[in-house]
Amino acid sequence: MLHTVNKSSFERNSLQSCVNSIDDSSVILLIEDGVISCTNNVNSSMIASLAKEGRVYALQGDVEARGVSSKVAENIKLVDYAGFVDLVVEHGTTVSWV
Amino acid sequence: MATTKKFMYLNRKSSYGTVYAIESLEVVLIAAAFEQDVSLAFIDDGVFQIINDQNTDGIGMKNFSKTFHALGDYDINKIYVSKESLEDRGLNEEDIMPLVYEDEDNDWEEKPSVKVLSNAELSKIMSEQDVCLSF
Repeated sequence: MLHTVNKSSFERNSLQSCVNSIDDSSVILLIEDGVISCTNNVNSSMIASLAKEGRVYALQGDVEARGVSSKVAENIKLVDYAGFVDLVVEHGTTVSWV
Repeated sequence: MATTKKFMYLNRKSSYGTVYAIESLEVVLIAAAFEQDVSLAFIDDGVFQIINDQNTDGIGMKNFSKTFHALGDYDINKIYVSKESLEDRGLNEEDIMPLVYEDEDNDWEEKPSVKVLSNAELSKIMSEQDVCLSF
């Protein structure tokens, strides 16, 4: 499954709820204000192990808009809109953590 | 002569996920036009509003971060940023846009408008305001 998170981890618990609920084959895509979680910050531990397994993505346009392109954590993969579509196709069901 | 009040605008959300940030900036510019004593505070995710190198080409939205550079011309030169909020987000003072104003009392010398303060220092300034508006 593909899980999209569009809220900042500093403002809502969407990311934590998502991480608590996903299985071993699911991946997370951070979009909109969700990309605030792609930097190294005090909430990074929530997704650190998932990122290490290559299961965390962030939408490049949203990363660039928020001025954090140079701060993306090492194991988080950037995708463009076409990459977003590929993830949707690859993982079948999508869950939006709004 | 009309009374001047001290207005503080509290900005707690990032720029593009909601309309709060741009609406705040609009109201700030209006208040400045009425020659009020305006200060801005950026705390929590609000610190992302004044981060360098924002590029919105990929999301089809207006990059209004450039407008913050105009605040100095409206005599808005008290811009406070929470040190703790920056640190929690893996950011630091160098990541903030270098906003400046020209000091009329000092031969129009260009001076920085942004001060990074602890939450304790910020709360003291907040307590000195007549009006605090939260966005």
